[in-house]
Amino acid sequence: MAALAQRLKLSYSKYWYAYVMVAPVVIVLGVLVAYPLGRGVYLTLTDANSLNVGHTVGVNHIPDSFNFVGLRNYSDILFGPGSYDRFWSHFVWTIEWTVLCVTLTVGTGLGLALLLNQKLRGRTAYRMLLVVPWAVPTFVTVFSWRLMLADGGLVNAALGSLHLPQPSWLEDPLAQKTAAILVNTWCGVPFMMLSLLGGLQSIPSELYEAAEMDGASAWQQFRHVTLPGLRSVSSTVVLLGVIWTFNQFAIIYLLFGMNAPDVQILVTWAYQLGFGQQPRDYAQSASYGIILLSILIVFTGFYQRWLKRNDQTAI
Amino acid sequence: MTSTTDLATAAPAARPEPARTAGTTRVRRRGERSRTASVLTHGVLVLAAFVAVFPVLWLAYIALGPDETDYLKPGGILHKASFANFSEVLNHTDFLTWFGNSLLVAGGTCVLGVMIAASTGYAVSRMRFPGLRPLMWSLLVTQMFPIAVLIVPMYYILASLNLLDSYGGLILVYAGTVVPYCAWLLKGYFDTIPVEIDEAGRVDGLSPFGTFWRLILPLARPGLAVAAFYTFLTCWAEVPFASTFMLSSDKYTLAVGLTTFVSQHDSQWNLMAATAVLIAIPASAFFYLVQRHLVAGLTAGAAKS
Repeated sequence: MAALAQRLKLSYSKYWYAYVMVAPVVIVLGVLVAYPLGRGVYLTLTDANSLNVGHTVGVNHIPDSFNFVGLRNYSDILFGPGSYDRFWSHFVWTIEWTVLCVTLTVGTGLGLALLLNQKLRGRTAYRMLLVVPWAVPTFVTVFSWRLMLADGGLVNAALGSLHLPQPSWLEDPLAQKTAAILVNTWCGVPFMMLSLLGGLQSIPSELYEAAEMDGASAWQQFRHVTLPGLRSVSSTVVLLGVIWTFNQFAIIYLLFGMNAPDVQILVTWAYQLGFGQQPRDYAQSASYGIILLSILIVFTGFYQRWLKRNDQTAI
Repeated sequence: MTSTTDLATAAPAARPEPARTAGTTRVRRRGERSRTASVLTHGVLVLAAFVAVFPVLWLAYIALGPDETDYLKPGGILHKASFANFSEVLNHTDFLTWFGNSLLVAGGTCVLGVMIAASTGYAVSRMRFPGLRPLMWSLLVTQMFPIAVLIVPMYYILASLNLLDSYGGLILVYAGTVVPYCAWLLKGYFDTIPVEIDEAGRVDGLSPFGTFWRLILPLARPGLAVAAFYTFLTCWAEVPFASTFMLSSDKYTLAVGLTTFVSQHDSQWNLMAATAVLIAIPASAFFYLVQRHLVAGLTAGAAKS
């Protein structure tokens, strides 16, 4: 015991300045992230909603009156009656949304990065123009898209003049989903493009020279020099892309508001349960949040392991 | 362009291919393209640039049309284009209040967030202490939190601290969301400053805080600037927290205020477009100042995990 106290004291005197320096962040994150997370987990075990949570009316304080219900929220979300409409349909759509958006943004970003990574007149100008979707705040560009996609808006006018069908982008479920994916891709490409361009430029040109000397075709060079060279950048941006797209709130919320149940991914759906309806269902909303977080953590774990395994077998 | 990765070691040597029999008719120099390839490249890039820029230009164009429904008949705007919407927004709406709020909140978060992120970044960059790894790990995990899991409990914490509908509360929340990333970014930056500088400072009798405050912070000014810009842009464009925690319309930030044009004043798309343009100008100007560094920083944090 004494030895432990001694060690603590020693560690304190040795490290106290480090602890002082990290203390502000630890406190802020503790108050605003760790405590809410703990409280969120607790809420998921209750039937809390805006009617039975303690609140203050005038001078009277009404105490909490919600009950502990164990894991019933989770079982209700995952297997309860109507769970397909409430959870699984959104789950499937969230997965589709993430996979499609990430594939499209990374694919388009890589294509544009490859085009920009060569001697080219006006390269800087192209780059400046291509990052515009990232430079302008999302909520501004999404409103612009909303104007263009509205019934009788520009997109449908253009489609009409080409005698193509004019779906009502903001109302028909399938068209909504397409519109959401397109807008998100539009917003996400610049980041992918710039990061991958950075990766491309750091591949030493000697490798290409060597490959050319060995008679590798353009495709072989791409396959065996460019792609392996991009590995560390691309694995990072894919992970970031998945996390961001999975948690993408602003685009769907701003493009469709709260009146489009089919197009809500899990994040926006959870927000709707917690803030977009009366009574506000805090317990269910928090449960969705925890489920989301678990999915992401599990995915990240698998992704890292998959990367590690590939690293060992690659060479 | 700066890159944060060391790829030279990662790329395996190109596979040896059997030497092709020399029989090609025309030899092209390295990096030289045929005419068709060049035309195609420019074609694709022009198209992509057009798609990227068009929605923004379109919004600016719509903002010139004085009537609510002008976006449905864009051809008519050409004949009656005016800046009436802009003066309407500036003079007869809460735009300037919202602008001030956004500026205040974003600026406040910059100062608070970057300061505490810098001290943490320095500590994790230079000092080895028990709890270092868990701290780094939790900074990373925090970045993948969906807002839905935090927003309800945060609402209650802010309510019980009497910080709902106040600038301080929103600044704190934003600081919580940007600090993990900024700390990683700044750690990366501090790592590039030679440790010898710290040692020289210590030898000359500075305390650990003194070295940080007087030597390292001034040297890290570019890194601090990038962190501040990132913070500013994030706060400037943030919607869900602001719309949940700011309740009275004189406390709205721009992102929240913009949505009120459509819901309350029965869809004043023209005013909304003008507001959007006014919001976009400072943000994009800011963005172009720092975009190079932003990418390097954004990927750095995750690459080192």
